[in-house]
Amino acid sequence: MYGFLIGVGVLLIFSIIWMVYRIQTLVSVVKGSDKKIASGSNKINAILFIVFLVGTGILMFWYSIKEFHNYQLPIASEHGVVTDALFWWTMGITGIVFLVTHVLLFIFPYMYRYDVKRKASFYPDNNKLEIIWTAVPGLVLTGLVISGWMAWSDITAPAPENAHVIEIMGYQFAWEVRYPGKDQVLGDYDYRLITATNSHGIDFTDKNAIDDFPSPVVKIPKGEPVLFKIRARDVLHSVFAPHMRLKMDAVPGMPTRFWFVPTKTTAEMREETGNPEFQYEIACTEVCGNGHFSMKKIIEVVEPEEYQKWYAEQKSYIQMNPALAAGHSSEMNKLAEN
Amino acid sequence: MSTASVANHDAAHDHGDHEHHDNFVTKYIFSQDHKMIAKQYLVTGMFWALLGGFLSVLFRLQLGFPDMDMSFLRPILGGWIDETGHLDPTFYLALVTMHGTIMVFFVLTAGLSGTFSNFLIPLQIGARDMASGFMNMLSYWLFFISGVIMFISLFIKTGPASGGWVVYPPLSALEQAIPGSGLGMTLWLVAMTFFIASSLMGGINYITTVINLRTRGMSFSKLPLTIWAFFLTAVIGLLSFPVLFAAALLLVFDRSFGTSFYLSDIYIGGEALPNTGGSPVLYQHLFWFLGHPEVYIVLLPALGITSEVISTNSRKPIFGYKAMIISLLGITVLSFVVWAHHMFVSGMNPFLGSIFMFLTLIIAVPSAVKVFNYLTTLWRGNLIFTPAMLFSIGLVSFFISGGLTGIFLGSSAIDIQLHDTYFVVAHFHLVMGSASFFGMLAGVYHWFPKMFGRMMDAKLGYIHFWLSFVGVYMVFFPMHYIGIAGFPRRYYSFTNFEFTNMYTDLNMFVSVAAIITFLAQFIFLFNFFYSMYKGRKATLNPWQSNTLEWTTPLHPGHGNWPGEIPAVYRWPYDYSKPGAEDDFIPQTVPLSATPESNLPHEQELVKVELEIMKEEEEVLVSNDAKH
Repeated sequence: MYGFLIGVGVLLIFSIIWMVYRIQTLVSVVKGSDKKIASGSNKINAILFIVFLVGTGILMFWYSIKEFHNYQLPIASEHGVVTDALFWWTMGITGIVFLVTHVLLFIFPYMYRYDVKRKASFYPDNNKLEIIWTAVPGLVLTGLVISGWMAWSDITAPAPENAHVIEIMGYQFAWEVRYPGKDQVLGDYDYRLITATNSHGIDFTDKNAIDDFPSPVVKIPKGEPVLFKIRARDVLHSVFAPHMRLKMDAVPGMPTRFWFVPTKTTAEMREETGNPEFQYEIACTEVCGNGHFSMKKIIEVVEPEEYQKWYAEQKSYIQMNPALAAGHSSEMNKLAEN
Repeated sequence: MSTASVANHDAAHDHGDHEHHDNFVTKYIFSQDHKMIAKQYLVTGMFWALLGGFLSVLFRLQLGFPDMDMSFLRPILGGWIDETGHLDPTFYLALVTMHGTIMVFFVLTAGLSGTFSNFLIPLQIGARDMASGFMNMLSYWLFFISGVIMFISLFIKTGPASGGWVVYPPLSALEQAIPGSGLGMTLWLVAMTFFIASSLMGGINYITTVINLRTRGMSFSKLPLTIWAFFLTAVIGLLSFPVLFAAALLLVFDRSFGTSFYLSDIYIGGEALPNTGGSPVLYQHLFWFLGHPEVYIVLLPALGITSEVISTNSRKPIFGYKAMIISLLGITVLSFVVWAHHMFVSGMNPFLGSIFMFLTLIIAVPSAVKVFNYLTTLWRGNLIFTPAMLFSIGLVSFFISGGLTGIFLGSSAIDIQLHDTYFVVAHFHLVMGSASFFGMLAGVYHWFPKMFGRMMDAKLGYIHFWLSFVGVYMVFFPMHYIGIAGFPRRYYSFTNFEFTNMYTDLNMFVSVAAIITFLAQFIFLFNFFYSMYKGRKATLNPWQSNTLEWTTPLHPGHGNWPGEIPAVYRWPYDYSKPGAEDDFIPQTVPLSATPESNLPHEQELVKVELEIMKEEEEVLVSNDAKH
């Protein structure tokens, strides 16, 4: 019944629109305005551009200011401060260009709308102007390139020697985390060694692997450099930690890396945001299948002392599951027991 | 040579009478007339635009109203709506993928270039037809086959390709990874192969025609900017599409013949695959070597159309004709050396990132020049707001808005945060999606009288424009905020993460705006098909334009001009020339006929012109002798 009524309603609306259309066509034929090169609509359209300019301009400023604290996520890493500064500088420069060009683009239609009495000015070129507006954007962009390039080379420079190494492995549809253990060196891995109990494919014949340990969350110390060694087991994934301003693809067969210095502990961030539930999150930003939207991992930033304590308390893979080391030399087993 | 023989053929008949040996099939289906092929492309493109738009409405429903009961869509989507009335997450990805593929390739490449390059190149350069009418026909029909295959893939049980329109392996290579990578992906690859063949045939034709078949006097420095844009677009396509073919071919090998071009160290579905040594990043390089130029393949024709429409309706020459050509050339060259800015965080060497950031930001310069030139063209013009003019101004606005956000994304350090977020979605939908779409609509409104001999209704055009223009901004502008907040692309829902657990209201707003914008396109469809049969009869030159196509009869037959092809004596932008009586002087008017408005350097050209005219007369005399 409802469907029928909706159908009738739609039909009515269409027939009304149709009639209005026909009537206005006939009226314009009678008035002869269809023969004119620019009818009264010309002025209406010109005014509408001004209305659009003012209306959307107000809307844009109002919303941008009102929502600033929502879309501007708090920054929790050292390089994040730099990239955000770059972002807002670029926003300032492009914002001015955006406003000026749009004001001109929408005011010209009003100022120079058709008038039978006027003739457009014949102004085919001006090389000086062309050179100016090639050179000025060129210079401004050079500034942006140089500042961007400096930030980029700092961010992508090799990690400091003392960086805490953590391996993050993506698979459909979760992340797994491995710490290098006391020796601070991650053990070798081979994807052919992956089993139900050895999801990373860790090669436990490598003695560096013996003290490696897993963790349900990515725990990292505040104020110290952290190096994520990133890899994927099946398809492309991408590690995205929005508050850290960190993103790097996880590629099967090609380990990638990203290092950074976290600047605020989770507790500090809870205070800053006023949200007692706040948690740093890692999301996946490279489409990886139907669970793409749910690949979540929590980052917990803690004070360095707390981190050291926690680190020392963790049990290695082999301690949790001695069977992993089975079949290896007695020397290895001995090492594992220590 | 072929021009001459067609010309003789035409001169030997009374004009128009050769249409009688066209039957329905050769006239409307396997036509070799560039104008009919252009219309075929246009209507096919419109079909795909509707379908692509409809798919986007479906996933916007999911994003804007995640709790909605979508059972009412079951008649169309069947099993993709689960028992609880929700959209299947896998099919959501399929929708996004197909929306992208359809819009980029079928609508904005084939629908835009295919329509307007075919329609305007011969008409504006003064040629009887394309260099090879047969190849042109083949180009359309390969596109058609490609479309049929892609269309079929929408209905198969495992769904169409679902790895995003970029179809990155390993996701697209492994059926275990996502159901769409099975038969759906195979069909995608087959369809794209036909599509590439189609674009190459079209492109070769456009290039050859522009180089070889220009009428007397139509030097490159007198070509309308539309033709320059189509010409360079075809060059870009010719150089980049084969690389996509290579990428696709290697993907086919990896999928079906056990090679490891893109696959390495993969453990999936409980087993370790034997592939080692491949690199998924290699695919990304190959893909974006087409993928980025593709952006300009989509955009340049729209910019060309805009240049023509803005100049005509400002009653003023396009400002900086030469600068426009140089910036088109600059964009063409640079479009090939910026591809890796799509890959700043793909794991490629950061040094490469630095290089590509530098090259990417350079490309902003010619784009900026174009914008300033458009603005100066409007300045002190005498603007007539035809629907085409409105859409062109809309295009310039989108080009600015979307172009400026490109500066953020081109800077690798800023891109770390913004890559693959809604900021990117907002950026490219404005700068290439909506801008090109508006270029296409501007073209349809402007050249409809030439295509069908009738006018489209202007008032409906205004309503269509304002709904679309405001609508597009309401859809894509809010996405910047969502993107800055870090919302990732291609997410089925945003409830799993705390940082994305907001802006449900804004997403709802975007979805409503998207639906309204989509519905507004039906006004255009009505206007288009109604005016085709019932529109007001057009005059020969309804916009009082200078270019050659307006010197043809109202319904040009195959061969375009009944008699001789007119010669060209001046550039196409002599609008409101001081001293001239009318505010436009068509390209066919000799400089010697307008001594009152000639500029000093043009007076000297009059001599050269007299020689051309003499030559023309000789041809006429010899043709008359054959009668």
